[in-house]
Amino acid sequence: MTHAAGPLVFTRVRAVDPSRGLDATVDVVVEQGRITRLGPDAAAGIAGTERVRTFDGAGRWLLPAFVDLHAHFREPGQEYKEDIASGLAAAAAGGFAHVCAMPNTRPVNDTRAITEMMVARAREIGGARLHPIGAITKGQAGEELTEMADLREAGAVAVSDDGHCVTSSAVMRRALEYARTFDLPVIQHAEDHALTAGSQMHEGAISARLGLRGWPSVAEDIIVARDLLLAEAIGARYHVAHVSSLGAVRLLRDAKARGLSVTAEVTPHHLTLTDAALLGYDTACKVNPPLRSEADVAALRAALADGTLDAIATDHAPHSPLEKDCEFDSASPGMIGLETCLPLLLGLVREGHLSLARLVDALTAAPSRIIAIEAPTLREGATADLVLVDPERRWTVAPERLRSKSKNSPWLGREVCGRVELTVAGGVVIFDAAEGR
Amino acid sequence: MTESLASRLSQRHLLGTETLSAADALRILDTAEVFFDVSRRPVRKVPTLRGKTIVNVFFEASTRTRTSFEIAGKRLSADVVNFTSSGSSVSKGETLLDTVHNLEAMRPDVLVVRHSASGAPHYLSSRVRCGIVNAGDGTHEHPTQALLDAFTIRRAKGRIEGLTVTICGDVTHSRVARSNAWLLTALGARVRFAGPRTLMPSDTSSWPVEVFDRVEPALEGADVVMVLRIQRERLSGALLPSFREYSRTFGINERRLGLAAKDAIVMHPGPINRGVELDGAVADGPRSAVLDQVEAGVAVRMAVLYLLCAEPGQAAVS
Repeated sequence: MTHAAGPLVFTRVRAVDPSRGLDATVDVVVEQGRITRLGPDAAAGIAGTERVRTFDGAGRWLLPAFVDLHAHFREPGQEYKEDIASGLAAAAAGGFAHVCAMPNTRPVNDTRAITEMMVARAREIGGARLHPIGAITKGQAGEELTEMADLREAGAVAVSDDGHCVTSSAVMRRALEYARTFDLPVIQHAEDHALTAGSQMHEGAISARLGLRGWPSVAEDIIVARDLLLAEAIGARYHVAHVSSLGAVRLLRDAKARGLSVTAEVTPHHLTLTDAALLGYDTACKVNPPLRSEADVAALRAALADGTLDAIATDHAPHSPLEKDCEFDSASPGMIGLETCLPLLLGLVREGHLSLARLVDALTAAPSRIIAIEAPTLREGATADLVLVDPERRWTVAPERLRSKSKNSPWLGREVCGRVELTVAGGVVIFDAAEGR
Repeated sequence: MTESLASRLSQRHLLGTETLSAADALRILDTAEVFFDVSRRPVRKVPTLRGKTIVNVFFEASTRTRTSFEIAGKRLSADVVNFTSSGSSVSKGETLLDTVHNLEAMRPDVLVVRHSASGAPHYLSSRVRCGIVNAGDGTHEHPTQALLDAFTIRRAKGRIEGLTVTICGDVTHSRVARSNAWLLTALGARVRFAGPRTLMPSDTSSWPVEVFDRVEPALEGADVVMVLRIQRERLSGALLPSFREYSRTFGINERRLGLAAKDAIVMHPGPINRGVELDGAVADGPRSAVLDQVEAGVAVRMAVLYLLCAEPGQAAVS
């Protein structure tokens, strides 16, 4: 899958990197893992040498490679759904050179040994870089704090009990204080479980019609409001996972206006689907937090455009038919998202909801800042983490072409526009669409 | 007597009334009239579905609905088998689909399915070849209940179009309310829902109904008063303070019934909590259609089974 790091040359390609104000047609040369030349005619004299791979950039975009703050790779424990190898392959195919792995594995990633195992496995595999996220509380039980200093030393870039909310105000307060000691961001899955017991989908007109128990958006807003008050008092680095509601957007916008150090992410599916997708009981559309109303989607799009929502995160959540091919109440929430992220978001750019610059920022520099990694960027001397995109290429989301072990996507069989052609991490080609599958 | 019915339903399954056309609904009701008469004969059996197999697949406790379907199938001479399983399929270690595929391998013509998960019959209908009749799915739909209610209303009033039907009580958890709302409005009635806000969905805008907090204004001029069962669990979920307060504030008694039309009938899908949602005197009184509903249930279910699985050209009654 990976190739020896011979020189890579991109000729006459539209290079876009908003972190440098770059949007120009240039040549880009990658050697020894780094971008060595970038500019008009920078490739002159390089092409033609042996071992050099040259890519015609006509009609293509070259972007910094993407960074995903939120994926579930299921290893250890549920490798029948996904493992680190298949998860990293799916990431590379989606244009991601960096992926954060959520800790709700079995056992939970709440100790150094598991974090180290994940990092070591990923290194052995190669490809996209894996950044583990440790649990906030032992076993994600919401009670005792994890050994965050140890987790951090082992490579954890943040802590989260994702899948569960830290509902106790006392535990959340201590988590924010303790994590601040080590400058770790605390990522909250905002859900007041008392309001969502037994819930199956967004509470609204459609849940009433389908007879499915509702997950009211106020259950998200209540936790975000409380956490913002705590984060303000403590001065902690607070990050909200998968924001889905208009109310949470309003609270975040207000908090940012007052200068709080808070950040937030939004998923491609919450930006592109509403609860109407549940008519017909399609379990592929069962996610947590749930797909919400048109008004929520409009608010999320506006908040992503104006930066209230900093980053796009996939919440890639693989499940096998065992968890999805069943009655709705029994289905596990979650959908895969790494490989469909780019085309779905390019749709928003085409429809005018989002500028290309903001999209690239939300997939690269913004998430990198949140977890404090070197952001992929198009600059001479920078690590060559980049992605070559054909924005006009149409393709059908077919199960056999997805690298993820699981195929739980509502977009199966649908045609999308925009394709990742090549993903490069540290100068190494980790995905090449031309090799097909 | 020979009754030949020109055509069948436009669909292979009966999953709900939201997706049932008015023409199909009327065909079921008209066919049920024929079977209603059969059920009042000295010999209450016709050979119409001889050689057909119907399996009642009940994943949720039920005696009345299952018995009604069983009698309906037997009066049509079908072989009727009951499969009952309490608890979810997952807790038994077998998936719902595996269970149903096993039953399907025995070559039934129709599976009558009740399940606690909303949408379960809908899901199965996309996975099996035989017909599926929804006998109640979660808090979603209970189409044969709505059809038997419509049948009862039509016999009592001579029509459905133009009537006002008030449905009182626990709408949120009621598949009966949902199925009746779709069916009765499709047949031209005006439907009202009434009940405390804790038992009413927060957003009712997708339903073709008028919603009231209190029962009194909803009862005014109603031709039909349909009372929903209040389950004991509602007390523990902080949805209701007490049966006493429910009965005093929302229960249907003679006094409140006085607000409805003079000839209004009272219906209840059963089982009744006497003295809670419905006063005993009203349940047993001259305006009560409760037992008529039960009788209609057999005829309506005979009609549904006949229309879904009789051989082409097979008359309902010969």
